[in-house]
Order: sequence, then structure tokens, then C-alpha cells
Amino acid sequence: MLRDITIGQHFPGNSLVHRFDPRLKLVLTVAYIVLLFAASNPLGLTLSILFLGVMYKVAKIPVKMIGKSLKPILPIVLFTAVLNLFFVSGEGDPLVHFWFLTIYAEGVRYAVLMAVRVMALIAGTSLLTYTTSPIVLTDAIEQLLKPLGKLHFPVHELAMMMSIALRFIPTLIEETDKIMNAQKARGAQLDTGKMTDRVKALVPVLIPLFISAFRRADELAMAMECRCYRGGTGRTRLKVLRCEKQDYIDLAVCIACFAVILASRLVFPNY
Amino acid sequence: MSDTILTAENLKFRYDAEQPVYALDGVSAQVKRGEFVAVLGANGCGKSTLAKHFNAILLPESGKVYVEGMDTADEDKLYDIRQTVGMVFQNPDNQIVATVVEEDVAFALENLGVPQDEMRRRVDDSMKMAGIYEYRERAPHNLSGGQKQRVAIAGVVAMRPDCLILDEATAMLDPRGREQVMQTIHYLNRNMGITVVSITHYMEEAAQADRVLVMSKGHVVMEGTPKEVFSQTEKVRSLHLDVPQAAELRDELVKAGIPMPEGIIDTGACAQALYELLQ
Repeated sequence: MLRDITIGQHFPGNSLVHRFDPRLKLVLTVAYIVLLFAASNPLGLTLSILFLGVMYKVAKIPVKMIGKSLKPILPIVLFTAVLNLFFVSGEGDPLVHFWFLTIYAEGVRYAVLMAVRVMALIAGTSLLTYTTSPIVLTDAIEQLLKPLGKLHFPVHELAMMMSIALRFIPTLIEETDKIMNAQKARGAQLDTGKMTDRVKALVPVLIPLFISAFRRADELAMAMECRCYRGGTGRTRLKVLRCEKQDYIDLAVCIACFAVILASRLVFPNY
Repeated sequence: MSDTILTAENLKFRYDAEQPVYALDGVSAQVKRGEFVAVLGANGCGKSTLAKHFNAILLPESGKVYVEGMDTADEDKLYDIRQTVGMVFQNPDNQIVATVVEEDVAFALENLGVPQDEMRRRVDDSMKMAGIYEYRERAPHNLSGGQKQRVAIAGVVAMRPDCLILDEATAMLDPRGREQVMQTIHYLNRNMGITVVSITHYMEEAAQADRVLVMSKGHVVMEGTPKEVFSQTEKVRSLHLDVPQAAELRDELVKAGIPMPEGIIDTGACAQALYELLQ
């Protein structure tokens, strides 16, 4: 049951988007989020979504995956839309006036824009995790944060923690499965009963899981020491991220697209 | 360079300084270069504790431990010692750090700051030696126990150690995985000249060693070739240890009045002796 969970939901592939340098991809994703808010007119948003659609096409990620990534945030989208709908007051006559609720045309406009913007934001960041393996992403984060190391920010330690966490997720999931089966074999009822009973039934699963996790951590630390681990100083890497010519071309194309979208907002602010 | 690679001199150690119980109570032992030594003993006899001393994970309370003439208490030599003596533990899951096989094998070299192209070469070499080269791009959690343990061995071998210490490295594996791991280790011992100290519960593994050390309650109580040790069936049993099945059979036959030659510890030799007897 637990084995089906995938963290980060990475779709391995060999498209242009997959091969794009993860550092640049990460930076561009952040830029895209900024763009979504900067280019706030309908035309800008449409172009942004078009751009994202093309990227999904290039990455060969099935369109239904977008739906899947949007599903969990649907309540948030609806909530923001409804708030905007009722609380944005515009000029002119209200469209609907009912008891204390008034809806203006401006409100409808904002509600739709907001909902679309949030959805594009999620779909955009999902593309990053779909096309980049978590371990590569960790590497990229480590490299991007490196300047902070000068301010004594523990960049290497943070990246190490992230990658070890990722490494142990499948191991711990397997272990949880085993413990749950062991407790079921002793008559624990994990799947039935009231909500409170089920939560209580999880305690005998979590305690052994925690104890074993600590034991694992202890052994791992010893194994790392045996292999001469001594923090990030003087460390070399087997695989070093390098920007190739193709990465620069990709970067240029993306920047050009972003510039066009931004320009469209400035040239046609009313559309 | 001398012939002995590991030396323990009257080594004493306890985990809790307030308890009178010593985990190691005056252990003296030597391991020669290129040797395959098996360490046996019941649970809690101090064999793992001894192994951790050879790698400076633990430091002696009194007495000395030398690795290639380097005192393990000398902090400046710590990383030289750990490079000389590689250690493989029982649970393969808990010693694999990276999410890709080849990156895990490279972990020690990354820590040592080995340049990239040399690292690539050494990682590939040690993966081939351990027979896991074809799995280099896989995630460790998708491999079998025996494969995972060989990943761990490759990760240690990449450091080019002179000595390999296996702390019950085959205890959690199925018979097939155990055989694969033992094959790899024997290959490293014979062809690469790596000294092996193997802590084990499997008498069949110990029977293949050059020398056997038996520990009990923090002391080394028996020492010698597998033949010498396992011929003393009664003494080995009194230490709560088994003897290889062939030695047990020979013993029972002698008790039943059948004249079997001494020093039989493996199935082949036992079969041969029985064959000659029946002719």
C-alpha cells in the first residue's frame, strides 16, 4: 500500500527540458512565478500559459499529469476565487446585489485571473519536479546556495541532509509496511474503526519506526566516518554540473519568451 | 614495511567507565599482510568492539592498537588509518549514503578530495571488482541484499585500502547473496592482496580462512588454522559455538569407533576420508 507513494514525482526522460541544467531550470522556475504576477493582464497570462503548455509538450509529460498536480490545491484555488469574487469592489453598477453580497464585474475578472494564475504557478513548479530527479535538484540547490556559505550558512550540511533523507524514504516506507504487518499479525486494527481509534492505533507503529530510524542514523554515521567523511571542506564530486552550449541556447530562448510576455503587458496593459 | 598490518597490544576497553565489565579485557592479536583471518565468538564476546578499534572508531582505554605502525590514538593519522582499513557492516541499508550506486561508491573518494577523472577510474575499477558494474545507475533500494552489500564493499575498496574488516557482513543475506559476497571477498584477498578480517557466525566461512581467532568474554581464547581450531570440537562447543558440519560428522564417527583422520573441516575432505575408509 505504502509502496506506491512516490516523492517528488519524477518522470525520467531525455527531452530538452530534462537535460536542461538544473540550476538554470530552478532559477527560471522562480522567474516564471515572478512573471505570472508581473504580467497580470489577461493577454500576459494567456501567453504565459501557452509557454508552459509548449514546455510540457517538449518534455513529453502527459497533459493529464497537470490535472493530477492541480487536484490537491483545488480548494485553495476556489477559496481565493470566491474571496476575490465577493470582496473586490469595482466602479459602476454591481452585477448582482443579494442581501450583503455584491458582485462587481471587476470582481469576476479578478477571481478568474487569480484562479488561473495560481493554477499556472502550480503547473509550472510541477514541471520542475517532473523533469528533475530529486538528487539532481538537491545538487542544484547546493550549488546555488554556495555563496551563502561565506556567511557561515551550512549549505553542504543542508544538501547532505536532504539527499540522505531522499535516500532513506524508500527504506523507511518499507520498514513502516513491515511494522504495520507485524502489528496487524498481533491483532492491531489499523484500517477500521473511528478516526480517533485509527490515530491511536498508529502509535505502536510510529514508536518502533522512530527507534529503528535512530539506530539506522547511528549506524549510517559510523559508516560515513569509516569512509572518511569530514564535512564539506576539501570535497570533490564525481559528477559536476556544467553548463553546455545547449543550456545557454535554452536559457536565451526562455529569457526571450519571458521578455515578450512582459512586453505584452507594458504595450497592451488593457488586454 | 613490516609483515604485520594490524597489531593489538594488551587492549582494554569498556563502553561504560563506571561499570567494572570490560568489553575487551587484555586482547593481544596480530594480523599479517595478505592474510584472511576469521574472528569467531558468541554474541557479546567483544569481536565487533575489537574490529572498531582497528579503524579508530573506538580508542583503547589502555593498551595500544597499531595499523601499519600508526598508533590509532594519534589524531593526525586518523584519515590515513581509515583509508588503510576499510570497514563493511552488517546491514547494507544503513551504510549506503547516495541514491545512485556509482555515487555511493564514489562517496569515500569525494570525501578524500580525489580529482574527478581519477575518481571516475577508481569507481569503475572497484565496481567491476565487486561485480556490480552493470547496476551502476540503479537506485540501491532496488537491489537485492547481496548486491547492496557488494555496493558497500565497492565503496570501501575504492579507497584502495590494504585491509578490509567485515563486521558480520553476510549475517543478513540469503545463502545466494552470502555466496556472492564471499566470492568477491576471496577474490579481493587472493588477487588484490587485500588483508581480510572477517567477523562471522558461519563456521563454513571461517573454515575457508587462513587463520581463526576465537573470542570469549573479551579475551582471545583460541587461535590457529581452521584445522587446528575446529579439531578441538569439545572446546569450541563449550564456547557456545558450532563447528563445521564435516568436523561434527568426523567427531561422531570417531566416537562410534570408526577411525577417521584428524583435521577434517570441509565437506570435500570428509567425503574423501570416508571414501578411502570404505574401499
